[in-house]
Amino acid sequence: MRKAFPLLLGAAGLIFLTAPVVIARAPFESTMGLVQKIFYFHMPPAMLMLLSAFFCGVMSAIYLVKRRAQYDWIAHAAAELTVVFGAIAMVTGPLWARKAWGVWWVWDPRLTMSLLMWMIFVSYLLLRRYGGYGSETLAAGLAVFGMATSPFVYISVNIWRTIHPLTTVVPTLPVDFAVPLWYAFAGFLLLYISLLTLRVRLEEQRAAVDLLYLESEE
Amino acid sequence: MSAFWRVVWIVARKDLAIEARSRELINTTVFFALSCVIIFAVSFVRERALGDAAAGILWVVIAFSGTLALGRTFERERYADTLRALLLAPSARPAIYVGKLIGILGLLFTTEIIVVPLVALLFQARLFAYPVLMSALLIFGTIGFSCVGTLFAAMLARARSRDVLLPILLYPVTIPVMIASVRGTGALLDAAPQLDMARLWIMLLVSFDVVFLTLSLWTFEPVMTE
Repeated sequence: MRKAFPLLLGAAGLIFLTAPVVIARAPFESTMGLVQKIFYFHMPPAMLMLLSAFFCGVMSAIYLVKRRAQYDWIAHAAAELTVVFGAIAMVTGPLWARKAWGVWWVWDPRLTMSLLMWMIFVSYLLLRRYGGYGSETLAAGLAVFGMATSPFVYISVNIWRTIHPLTTVVPTLPVDFAVPLWYAFAGFLLLYISLLTLRVRLEEQRAAVDLLYLESEE
Repeated sequence: MSAFWRVVWIVARKDLAIEARSRELINTTVFFALSCVIIFAVSFVRERALGDAAAGILWVVIAFSGTLALGRTFERERYADTLRALLLAPSARPAIYVGKLIGILGLLFTTEIIVVPLVALLFQARLFAYPVLMSALLIFGTIGFSCVGTLFAAMLARARSRDVLLPILLYPVTIPVMIASVRGTGALLDAAPQLDMARLWIMLLVSFDVVFLTLSLWTFEPVMTE
């Protein structure tokens, strides 16, 4: 994973550099026009927030069973990235909503649930930071609950039928819109993986330093 | 299985016996709930209560006083240094969890018996028009809130800054339960009561309860192990 890191970051950088061109070349959406282009920077981080929350939950559940620090490092990194990518989605979403719906925010189930999930992972980070000794186990327990809400987020819009576009929109997108979307998604995904690798590596080295410190004490 | 329920009964009876003698939690919780109701009355009642405010007020009061009670029950265990003794007992950990949960449910249901008529009285809300549906909402809503609350309060019992962390962790996770409870109660309080809607929310509450209770039973053991 260490050797792949520069490659991953390079590929992500390349996609982010060229993405504006690809997005600019995509056709204008008939009703929303130029504003719709924010979609390419809203949907990928929003989707990655969901996936990341799920990933964090799975890693935490494994940590609770196996009790190996590695799983906790990955879960911690995934939780931080859930908050970061969630923040991107939370900023781009209202910008788009203001133009498309006329308001910054509506309390529709999908928006509410996404905000809640984001808050659960912020509280995860608060717990880890201020919980003191043994908080990694407690945080793992919390993340399992955070994961349990994620299917509800995904399904909620399909049950309650609301103003937010249905999730079935994505597979039925015309090719002209789908290409830049998945291009941007690939960029965000590569960025996610490289940041995750970096973050886990940091924890790994922190643990190694702690171990060396303990050895030198003896 | 009978050993499991015996432990559940012993833990719950212990909590209820302490409570019956000291009445510390029930007195403080009920008084706190009353203070919350007064604050809401000041904020939301002009000529008469605003729209369906009563449903929201009722559930916010239950959530706030529930958090207070949850924090206190485990504070008591920690203060007397009995939490470790409880966990060292040669019995299934989930049984201890269920026992604690029943103790807290007993406390919250008692609070509700006082708070619900009070809200109905002060906000002219027809909370007793559909006793069966309303009780179902109260029962399943409270179970959903308390089963997560008991787990979080137990795991935070030994953490630093636990008083602040409990509501921070508990509210985002239990808001789905709150939405279902408030919307369900609101459907019953409507000028034209929507019984089907209320039933749908009750079904949703039951499914939340099942998911959260299963997860809590599963996580209690690893989370409480040092």
